[in-house]
Amino acid sequence: MAELQIAVCMKVVPKPEEVRVDPDTHRLLRQNVRNEINPPDMNAIETALALKDRYGGKISIFSMGPPEAVNQLKVALAMGADHVYLLSDRTFGGADTLATTYTLACGIRKLGNVDVVICGEESSDGATGQVPQGLAEWLDLPQVTLVTDMLLDVKTKTARARRSIKGGYEILETPLPCVVSVKTACNEPRFMDFQLRARSDQKRRLTIWNAEDVGADGNYIGEMGSPTRVSGLASAEVRDRKREKISGSRDEVADILAKLIRGIVQRQSI
Amino acid sequence: MAASLYQPEDQSTEVWVFLEHQDDLFENISLELLGKGRQLADELGWQLTGLLLGSRVSKLADQAIAHQADRVWMVEHPLLERFTVDAYAHAAYQSILKGKPGIFLLGATHDGRDLAARLAVRLRTGLNADCTDLRIDPSTGVMISEVSGFGGGVLALIEMQHHRPQMATVRPGVFPILKEAPDHVGEKIPFPVQIQQEMIRTRVIERSVSASIDLTQTPVLVAGGRGVAADLAQLQELAEMLGGEVGATRPLVDMGIIDRERQIGQTGVTCSPKIAICCGISGAFHFIVGVEKAGTVIAINSDPEAPIFDNADYCVIGDAQKILPALAAALKRDTEGVRG
Repeated sequence: MAELQIAVCMKVVPKPEEVRVDPDTHRLLRQNVRNEINPPDMNAIETALALKDRYGGKISIFSMGPPEAVNQLKVALAMGADHVYLLSDRTFGGADTLATTYTLACGIRKLGNVDVVICGEESSDGATGQVPQGLAEWLDLPQVTLVTDMLLDVKTKTARARRSIKGGYEILETPLPCVVSVKTACNEPRFMDFQLRARSDQKRRLTIWNAEDVGADGNYIGEMGSPTRVSGLASAEVRDRKREKISGSRDEVADILAKLIRGIVQRQSI
Repeated sequence: MAASLYQPEDQSTEVWVFLEHQDDLFENISLELLGKGRQLADELGWQLTGLLLGSRVSKLADQAIAHQADRVWMVEHPLLERFTVDAYAHAAYQSILKGKPGIFLLGATHDGRDLAARLAVRLRTGLNADCTDLRIDPSTGVMISEVSGFGGGVLALIEMQHHRPQMATVRPGVFPILKEAPDHVGEKIPFPVQIQQEMIRTRVIERSVSASIDLTQTPVLVAGGRGVAADLAQLQELAEMLGGEVGATRPLVDMGIIDRERQIGQTGVTCSPKIAICCGISGAFHFIVGVEKAGTVIAINSDPEAPIFDNADYCVIGDAQKILPALAAALKRDTEGVRG
């Protein structure tokens, strides 16, 4: 097999705790909100770097977003990735999962000869967890999701991955190329490497592709290619609770709580 | 705009739900979907259809009908014995192109998400993920899905006018399971599909499953956060006394102190216990959404400013690690008193 080619999909997202909804306009307030690499994608890049450490090869980062996203994506270069491909075009805007996965697939196809595509489990903003599988479908590749560990057999072009399932795990074998999503927090993403930091400013390691560059069909990208529409936004309201304070000595508090708990558990179990 | 493989004009007036099962038993999510699907179908004056894939599913089909399905498509094939996304996607795709449902719901489970996301692309339609509510817009008859994002702090309503089926995955534990209606009459429809071994690209080498815990159904939840990270045994003892289960916040899961299937909140489990006892939990929003459906919330935390107290019915300011043993002792006395 020629040099191993790994693609990692990453998304630059607003920090979730800083995003609010305007109560009047029902729009997202993104002003003064800081951006970060979607945390689950850090587990994806770490998985890719571990494969590169073991088998050699090249890691290409794919991301769809505005040109400023480069600022965050450089972190991946400083961690050891080799190239960033930013898919950036006004017409990509307003994409739902169908359009996003199509666009990423166009970029990955354009690079060509990718052996493994690695994604995070889900994004912290949209949290759909649908991109890896949708991407696999557009690329017509097998998928293994929620992977906690993986090994490759470079000679037979197969991957062996441990997938987390309800109550346990399964070990799957799949031919390469394939798409995997890694389980959030399955590994400890490494820090930026100071010796590699210079790479992050090398222009030759950054490519920005627009819709035409990747040969995207205008009917499938951005708002135009998105079947779903957001018809309303609201801040999530939690229900109002009693907020009754219970105070006293430790034993008094314990007695009150015990009566309260027994009242509820017994009352309802009769 | 690119079109889906069939249009609203061609849809059948049916709500389809994907029925997950293991070892001849339905997963709870399947019964939850039948309940919600029944409600949506009734609002629209449509039929409710269960899509049941497996090797032998006739008994399960009867059970789905008792849970108020009007029709069950029985898609039986030896290669569907166990879930593989390749085989299931082929089988479901062939079924949907034949049945053309207006709405198709699946569980936001590991397998449900894998299947739904691939199918949606294959059908060139939209998919709303991990929905916490579904309703019908009475003026248009279009389904509106409620999803949450940004750590649970933002709710979005999403709809789809021109593409079919309207697909959604539904978060487990959100919708109640309806009582069985043994008199409900339904029709079992066997549907043959074409699947070959070569279509299945991934091979299962090994599978290890221990008794899995389903926190969505527990009547009592004893949840711990950083404040009790040093000693979860106390929580375990309390949970056992009350016939409940232990849950935890995400940091404890990330630290490897407790299994991920016990994580409560936005990226974990949404549960609806009669009572949730939250110990040493500060109460970030993404945790709160996980106990939103609890009947009563008790919070014990040494920080009087902890946000958990804004979202609890009973608030105890104090060290949970000291109060829990006293509470266990009081509950024991209480039980003995009742017996005596």
